Amino acid sequence: MEAGTPTEPERPRKGPGTVIRRHGWVTRVWHWVNAVAVLILLGSGLGISNAHPRLYWGRYGANFDHAWASLPHFPGWITIPARYNLAISRRWHLFFALVLGFGLLAYMIGGLATRHFQRDLRIRARELRAAAIRADLGRHLAFRFHDEKDPRAYNLFQKLSYVLVLFVALPLAILTGIALSPGMNAAWPWVLEILGGRQSARSIHFITASVLALFTIVHLVLVILAGAGNEMRSMITGRWRVPE
Amino acid sequence: MSAPIRRRTILTGGAGLLLAGCDRIIEQPTARKILFAGEDMQKGLQRALMDRGALAPEYRRDQMSPYFRTNGTRDPGTPEYAALVANRFQDWRLKVGGLVGTPLSLSLRQIGEFPARRQITRHDCVEGWSAIGEWMGPMLGNVLKAANISSRARYVVFTCADLYGGQPYYESLDLIDAFHPQTILAWGMNGRMLDVGHGAPLRLRVERQLGYKHAKYLMAIDAVENLSNIGLGKGGYWEDHVDYDWYAGI
Repeated sequence: MEAGTPTEPERPRKGPGTVIRRHGWVTRVWHWVNAVAVLILLGSGLGISNAHPRLYWGRYGANFDHAWASLPHFPGWITIPARYNLAISRRWHLFFALVLGFGLLAYMIGGLATRHFQRDLRIRARELRAAAIRADLGRHLAFRFHDEKDPRAYNLFQKLSYVLVLFVALPLAILTGIALSPGMNAAWPWVLEILGGRQSARSIHFITASVLALFTIVHLVLVILAGAGNEMRSMITGRWRVPE
Repeated sequence: MSAPIRRRTILTGGAGLLLAGCDRIIEQPTARKILFAGEDMQKGLQRALMDRGALAPEYRRDQMSPYFRTNGTRDPGTPEYAALVANRFQDWRLKVGGLVGTPLSLSLRQIGEFPARRQITRHDCVEGWSAIGEWMGPMLGNVLKAANISSRARYVVFTCADLYGGQPYYESLDLIDAFHPQTILAWGMNGRMLDVGHGAPLRLRVERQLGYKHAKYLMAIDAVENLSNIGLGKGGYWEDHVDYDWYAGI
């Protein structure tokens, strides 16, 4: 019943209480691999930040140069490891950087091959009309996150934030991370050039990580508001109950 | 059926548990081994993507740091080193030995006779800061060739005048980086002779790796077949004592 291809124009209505297949296996596998990677990268990244909590613009930057930001000391409950250890923070960070990077690459290929991106993330012109944006905002404020007519579809804000995370924030975090490697600077000098130098890349890396951390927090809050059990199950088994 | 409070706790608590769990996980030898294998993966990937002779970026004079900070040891402070400073390193010798056909004992003047490479490069500390400076000195590869390095040698070990825990600081490179054109034994910095704070009279520059590989206060260079008999076997002071990666290309 719910196996019909979502591109069919005339789908049977999926009323409240019906259980439908929400997320494909490519999305589900990547989601959890990536969730673990992002949390470990954020925690270990804050540990690394504690080693030199100053951010600069340009090619160089050290204690006697002008810092545009002095970061706080991040406390042990939020860093990996809890007790300051730059070497171990780096071990976590550089291992899970590979998980993040190759995971995203595999998901990109899978998302295109299964047409998940084209089908579910494409933002259509009618969704960007002022009336449509207002309607979606209204639904969000009423804590209703799905469209009754097409419950499986992502709403506009969901699409925008997923597109931003998938195609801007995560690739930028990876690219700016690559720019911090002196070995990769020799291999791919163009990365440093487009980012404006290593210390600029380091600053952008931190800002991008902050955006991803903010996304993660908002995402978790919305999952709870939308019904944590139902949302969790849909990301594990793929089965999602259309809310009342 | 629904237990929203429990689920909420699981969901938000999950992130916190994961962070705390990481410290437990890494105590397991197997997990530690897997995590530490990331170094070999990064090294393998970088070496695959990088031309053997690919150069680190070089900069113009006007792009240099106005002030190049010192770090690590600022002065070895031993009586032996103080004596070397006192007569301007006249008695200092660099011993080149190990698996070489012609062991050398080079004075600063003799090192100055090798053709020098001048390079303005960026120094990246593992902690995160960067400074751009100008370095001058012979290519390490030329010194190793002058000593007739053996074909059995796989690594080059550097022993320094500064002490850590009572032992001289040490570091090592494999021959890919040892023979890289930008890997030099610098005796000059920013148009002057190298000062004590930056590693006088001679320090290593290995521009495709992080700062802790750039051994200062060089006393000896030894070609070896493997690193198992050096220090605790991981090839460097920080590698042996605080788990820093031996391959510091990232």
